Amino acid sequence: MTLIHLAILLPVIAAVFIGTLYRYYRRIHLGWFVLPVPLLIVIYLFTLIPRAMNGQVIHETMQFMPRIGMNFDVYIDGLGLLFAILISGIGALVVLYSIGYLSEKENLGNFYVFLLMFMTAMLGIVLNDNVIMLYLFWELTSISSFLLIAFWYTRDRSLYGALKSMIITMFGGFLMLGGFITLYLITGTFSIRGMIEALPQIQESPLAPFAIVLILFGAFTKSAQFPFYIWLPDAMEAPTPVSAYLHSATMVKAGIYLVARFTPLFAFSNLWVWTILIVGLFTMAWASFNAIKKDDLKAILAFSTVSQLGLIMSLLGLGALSLATGANDELFTVAVVAAVFHTINHATFKGALFMITGIIDHETGTRSMKRLGGLLTIMPVSFTLTVITALSMAGLPPFNGFLSKELFLEAMITVLKADFGAMASTDFLIPLVAVIGSIFTFIYSILIIYGIFLGKRTHDTPKEPHDPPVLMLISPAILSLLVIIFGLFPNVLSATIIDPAAMGIMDSAEPLGTHLAMWHGFANPALWATVAVVIIGSVMFYFRDRWMFIYNYHKEAFTLNFLYDQGLLYSRIGSEKVTDGYMTGYIRNYLVYIFGFFIVMGIITLMNSGFNMDFSGFAPVGIQEVIISLIILIATAVILITRSRMVSIIMLGSIGFSMALFFVFFRAPDLALTQLAIETVTTALFLVCFYHLPKKSRHEERMRFKFTNFIVSAGVGILVILFGISAFSGRVFEPISEFHIENVYELAAGGNMVNVILVDFRGFDTLFETLVFGIAGIGIYTLMKLKLTRKDEDNEEHSEESRV
Amino acid sequence: MKSTLKKAGYSKVQKQVHDVFLQFTSKVIFFIIILFAFKLFFAGHYTPGGGFVGGLLAAAAIILLLIAFDQKTVEKMLPIDFRILIATGLVLAAGLPTLSFLFGTPFFTHQHTYITVPVFGEVALHSAVIFDVGVFLTVAGTALLIIKLIAEEDD
Repeated sequence: MTLIHLAILLPVIAAVFIGTLYRYYRRIHLGWFVLPVPLLIVIYLFTLIPRAMNGQVIHETMQFMPRIGMNFDVYIDGLGLLFAILISGIGALVVLYSIGYLSEKENLGNFYVFLLMFMTAMLGIVLNDNVIMLYLFWELTSISSFLLIAFWYTRDRSLYGALKSMIITMFGGFLMLGGFITLYLITGTFSIRGMIEALPQIQESPLAPFAIVLILFGAFTKSAQFPFYIWLPDAMEAPTPVSAYLHSATMVKAGIYLVARFTPLFAFSNLWVWTILIVGLFTMAWASFNAIKKDDLKAILAFSTVSQLGLIMSLLGLGALSLATGANDELFTVAVVAAVFHTINHATFKGALFMITGIIDHETGTRSMKRLGGLLTIMPVSFTLTVITALSMAGLPPFNGFLSKELFLEAMITVLKADFGAMASTDFLIPLVAVIGSIFTFIYSILIIYGIFLGKRTHDTPKEPHDPPVLMLISPAILSLLVIIFGLFPNVLSATIIDPAAMGIMDSAEPLGTHLAMWHGFANPALWATVAVVIIGSVMFYFRDRWMFIYNYHKEAFTLNFLYDQGLLYSRIGSEKVTDGYMTGYIRNYLVYIFGFFIVMGIITLMNSGFNMDFSGFAPVGIQEVIISLIILIATAVILITRSRMVSIIMLGSIGFSMALFFVFFRAPDLALTQLAIETVTTALFLVCFYHLPKKSRHEERMRFKFTNFIVSAGVGILVILFGISAFSGRVFEPISEFHIENVYELAAGGNMVNVILVDFRGFDTLFETLVFGIAGIGIYTLMKLKLTRKDEDNEEHSEESRV
Repeated sequence: MKSTLKKAGYSKVQKQVHDVFLQFTSKVIFFIIILFAFKLFFAGHYTPGGGFVGGLLAAAAIILLLIAFDQKTVEKMLPIDFRILIATGLVLAAGLPTLSFLFGTPFFTHQHTYITVPVFGEVALHSAVIFDVGVFLTVAGTALLIIKLIAEEDD
């Protein structure tokens, strides 16, 4: 446990206190108490920058489950540090913004606890070296994202969006776990550093493509790449601070991070680089094309986010591509630097744009582009911020978006010069798609400014708009300021953050000495590409009414959303049919399934392992054992023939107590005690349960002989006896009890071996049994209470009917 | 509990509604059982016993009260919310193994030491006890919650 571990876990620890505090103290907005957490973390992370600049890495291990190689290995290099600073920095701004955005009437406790949980999960992803831990945090982000999207859980759209995002991202995450395990099979380690050291093994392994595809599924679902992007627009049902934080600045970049982190590992593979490059570029163009037709302001931003993520993804692919083919080292560097730089820029301008959208939603009561318009004179501050950030998104000088966009175009155009072998004839497509995507990006950026603030005042908004309180403007203003600063003085970043991060992606220790500048001379093709984008974009924007009709050809039935909805619907119908087929509602049928399966597995086991019968080691049977056995037999017979439930309960009890006596005779006091206690409690439980059974007595009708039941019951009995004899007769391996006997006092300071096994040697079993026990109790509570309320509703309905 | 028996078809139970003998003896026996439960729990590390058995026995003691008296009386005697028992138990059982990180040891590493106390002499202090308290509370709470819930349906 070091300071850095503590920094990662700090939000979750704080969440406990925040949740408790909210219960008892509500006078001050809860956000103020949350704000110091990300601030502290970001300050701490800034102190690590000098070390990352020198190419140093921090590697701290906290042992978690060392036996299976699952340790909390913190690994901080430039790449992890960049993302961690984004997470905590944007996190602080978002918390500040949310104080103005969320009124105190909302359930702030839930909101901030989920948000803090997310913060830890995200920091855990980017500062981790162990892939299993990475997977753990990865799924935690999915869960907290689910909870945050469903924050207004009474709205159907929120629930739909939350469920969709969870299904898609968890689907990918689970496949990614498969990829990690495949990598483990190849290299024998869960550590990413260890895997990079074992690179030759991966290159030779036939399993490598398998691992690549699975890991890419994880990255593409999380970073909303085509065709998985459909969850992101629906995730916009979340409160706007969440959209700004999770669904544009941080969580969706986890996929980017994953690809960047695994670039040194997989760059050799053509599959890896081409998939990323093509999927990224296509996503960029497709999403920016689709953004224009959207009416909801947040939907436009969602598609824009998808598009920008595609852009970063394609840059990473391009970087890896040039490394794989050895075509052009400089190209690799440019692409990677552009990817890193754009990740920062996107977080600044898109975060600010989302916050402004939230302000507009808050002040006007609508996000529909049709109903907004002409707000320039009413909301001048918001307008200024929008112009800065939207133009940065469009890639215009003097903002930071221009610099990274130009790097992007430059990298894409350089592809033409490089020789990629077989693909040489089609490589002109890469810059072409990039430019097309940029044109649409330009158009929707202008559309946002124009649609909200310029044009004619609609007077159609639910609320009378005005500029928001200062509190809500601080965060977007800070981000807009950063947009300008990074645009005018990009070299503030280049040596401190961008270079170390790019070094992390390239896995090199040499400083890159990147120098970013606005002006590269007229000979630079990227400049002309930008000019072309601006001119074509402006023309197309001006004549947008003439060509917008093409969107009508995109029919509902051909969308991915339709596919998702139908798939979900039919899988539900299908599983319902299958389940209805065997879930009869009678416990006797379920017992037949369970015991039937047991018989099948038992017979297979016996056939595989062989059957031993050896009576030589048996102790002689004493008189007391005979008596107890007889009691058990008689009690069982009585249960079968008695008509009274009370008698059967008592007989069941007597069987249990006889078993306890057996344990006493066989010198197992722990088992005997437990058996006695359980018998007592279950007898009481049976008593209260039997009350709920129908009031008629048993055996009113004669039970028919059922052959299946006979086979199953006889089979179980015979198998258990055979197992018992077989297990006693032939020991396959040495019993573990020797180890326990030897170490019970030395290691655990205990005298009772059984209990030491329970709480120490095999404590995990007990821990999870306890959890299951508690969950069962809470589950039964919920079921019973749920039933009670349902009954009340029914009663009300009935009473209403009767009144009618 | 008694109406349970009655509705299950035992009309004779009705006569025992105010069974003074049962109520009086159960009050005494309750303390014996619960003390025995604690004894089993604390002795668990050296002699037979432990959190699970202890928890079940403690639950059994309270169930005895439920049988002898009606629910409302028992709730007045022992104003415990069993849900909170479960929650506390789970927090202890899951929280203690996590605490071992503070000592820089892997998850679920127990610590123990010996101290000398005036009357008892040398006593072992073991972090497993805290874990076992969690087991004890969860087991007792769950058993009681289930029985109480199902019995509540009587009304």
